[in-house]
Amino acid sequence: MATMAQAIRMALHYGETNLGLKDVFGQDVGAPLGGVFTATQGVDCSWNTPLDERGIIGMAMGIAMAGDRCVAEIQFADYIFNTMDQLKLAGNTYWATNGQCSLPMVVMTPVGAGIRGSIYHSHSFDSWASRLAGWKVVMPSTPLDAYGLLLSAIVDPNPVLFLKPKALMRVRGDEMIPGEPENEKELRSMIDAPIGDRTTWKARWPKVKEHFIPIGKARITRSGSQVTVISSGRHLLLCNEVADQLASEGHSIEVIDLRSIYPYDWQTMKASIQKTGKVLFVNEDTEVTNFGEHLCYRAVNELFYQLMARPRVLAGKHLPGIGLHANLEDASVPQKHEIEQNLRELLAEVP
Amino acid sequence: MSNRILSNPASKNGPTKSNKSSSARASTNSKPNLKANSMPNPKSISKPNAKSSSVINSFGGLDKALLLQMHDCMVKSRVLEERLIKIFRAGEAYFWIGGPGEEAWAVPMGLLAKKGQGLAYDFLHLHYRCTPTLVAMGLEMSDAIRLMMNRATDPSTGGRNFSGHYCFPKWNVAPVTSPIEIQYPVACGTAHAQKRAGQGGISIVSGGDAGTAEGDFASCLVWASRKGQELPLLITVQNNLWGISTCYDGQHGESQIADRAKAFGIRSRVINGNDPVESYLALQEEMAYIRKTGKPSFIEAQVSRLYGHSSGTGANFVPGEIDCLKDFEKAMVTAGHLTETSAREIWTKYEEEAVACANAVRTEPAPTAESVWDHIYFNNENADWRKF
Ligand SMILES: Cc1ncc(C[n+]2csc(CCOP(=O)(O)OP(=O)(O)O)c2C)c(N)n1
Ligand SMILES: [Mg+2]
Repeated sequence: MATMAQAIRMALHYGETNLGLKDVFGQDVGAPLGGVFTATQGVDCSWNTPLDERGIIGMAMGIAMAGDRCVAEIQFADYIFNTMDQLKLAGNTYWATNGQCSLPMVVMTPVGAGIRGSIYHSHSFDSWASRLAGWKVVMPSTPLDAYGLLLSAIVDPNPVLFLKPKALMRVRGDEMIPGEPENEKELRSMIDAPIGDRTTWKARWPKVKEHFIPIGKARITRSGSQVTVISSGRHLLLCNEVADQLASEGHSIEVIDLRSIYPYDWQTMKASIQKTGKVLFVNEDTEVTNFGEHLCYRAVNELFYQLMARPRVLAGKHLPGIGLHANLEDASVPQKHEIEQNLRELLAEVP
Repeated sequence: MSNRILSNPASKNGPTKSNKSSSARASTNSKPNLKANSMPNPKSISKPNAKSSSVINSFGGLDKALLLQMHDCMVKSRVLEERLIKIFRAGEAYFWIGGPGEEAWAVPMGLLAKKGQGLAYDFLHLHYRCTPTLVAMGLEMSDAIRLMMNRATDPSTGGRNFSGHYCFPKWNVAPVTSPIEIQYPVACGTAHAQKRAGQGGISIVSGGDAGTAEGDFASCLVWASRKGQELPLLITVQNNLWGISTCYDGQHGESQIADRAKAFGIRSRVINGNDPVESYLALQEEMAYIRKTGKPSFIEAQVSRLYGHSSGTGANFVPGEIDCLKDFEKAMVTAGHLTETSAREIWTKYEEEAVACANAVRTEPAPTAESVWDHIYFNNENADWRKF
């Protein structure tokens, strides 16, 4: 099974060989490193940029304007903030030109805590991103989803932000990417750059196949009837774990992986909340004007009389940063035990 | 050629060298003075005798038909801008911003750009003072007026954006946007794609002097000049010595903006953008250099700002600024390329056209309220969460 980093690499390779992807670029994205999380290693059209985020986003906009497809990387979402008005602009260009000038471009960036990344390698961006009208925003929780969502992002005619949960970059899934070798070691020997001199190294790509995961479609990862929990990325996996644990005690939790932050799959969420009457939204971006609050607001607004408990949002604390010490980080972003506690409260709540 | 241009008296005097006293006076006013028009104009002092080189050098050898075409476009653009200001004054538009006074620089740019759509043609990343460039490329007056009056028929934005914020994909004219300087790194992107395509197209970017303080300007210099990865990009700055109400000395330490390009090994020059001939020859030479070498080049053009910053500062005529069109027309009459009567006829023709266009555009439909949801995503894929 591929890791998420390997899955992203294979998607980029598939993109450059089959989908007209011309440029993959960002800081340390090209040889020899292939990205700080190795997600671009071996990709032929990858290259290193100056250390200039605004240059990177501007370049991506220009390439898209010229009609070529590109994937640009911001090394950490923590450093995307100085590009905010360019992101706004990329999102509004098609609209501002009354449908004349589309910008099909992908920006990918690692997000979230979970690797003890301290104040500047732990930021989330999903709530910020949800306010960028004109963009599509996706966040995978598994390598296969990363592969399929990235292929969809590459061919999408709109700007797409691909948020990579950095804590999952080396995590394997339990589904094969179509065409990847069965043996992990074999895959590694084919597409992981060697330690040491890489000057003559080239990836030997497996014959990976087309696998599009439509943007805007969520996935039910655990079916259940008593409570719905909705999340994405790293926290989705924690929700799965808690749901499994509670299932072993006889409880029934439905877990929904959003996969797309915007456009989002309201129909899947709605059907589930109507069934369970109870819902918890989990994400690690900060809690004030959090995207989960928007979904919660919508659940209250549209499903008020079907709710059997007050809906909850479990999000990152409204803090200026995430401190390095484990005590600090764990107190700042949702932990597994908090997900469990919220779900137990919801299970126990009687109207 | 470049010697001739650089030895032009107006070009030799950098804005900082000669206008110290006047701009120091202006900058003692610590409060932003929104009546920029009423401030002492540094250039009227810095270049009192700045005669167009066209007067003294037989128009650089440019042929009469081209000179007449340039004059014609300059008049058309000036008349159009002045009509737009009148439309604003009549309360028929919310805002005006444009480029009267920049015609001598901007018209040649429009004439020289390789016009068309796609990588083989030139991309233009302009700012909000580039009406003359668009006029030279074939902009219809009514299309500028539609943008000004935010009609649904406005081909650039459908009534969504300010005057001067053009977008013409059929001519590779990238959308003009409000955030200052953002076009500079974007231009690197189109130039990068053009370099890959190798079909001779280049990218051209323009903006004002004050905007060069933004990091995006530095980004452009960095990305365009990387060794072995140079971009076919013509980087231009129109230096009118003002950023709204802040004078040049208020925000620059460098003698010439063009010097900044030199630090990156980018070939660069300062020209008198009030002279259409000098502008034409400089643009022609730099475009040819870029097409031949695939490398960037930089032009700082010294220009006038004839009606102040925008309608926000009154859009009143500023006496004392060099009027490039007046000077050029005079030189054309002196040379016998035009008579006073034939020149007058050109002005009248365009004035009548502008009035007729405004009258017609006034009756055209406004954008509808429902249309706010149009074109958020490509092909009108739904972007309204209420309908997810
Ligand atoms: C990023 C940004 N900051 C501020 C503004 C407001 N603004 C509009 S024009 C302008 C001055 C620009 O001066 P300059 O670059 O010299 O161009 P000019 O208008 O003189 O042609 C300012 C500050 C803006 N549009 N964008
Ligand atoms: Mg200026």
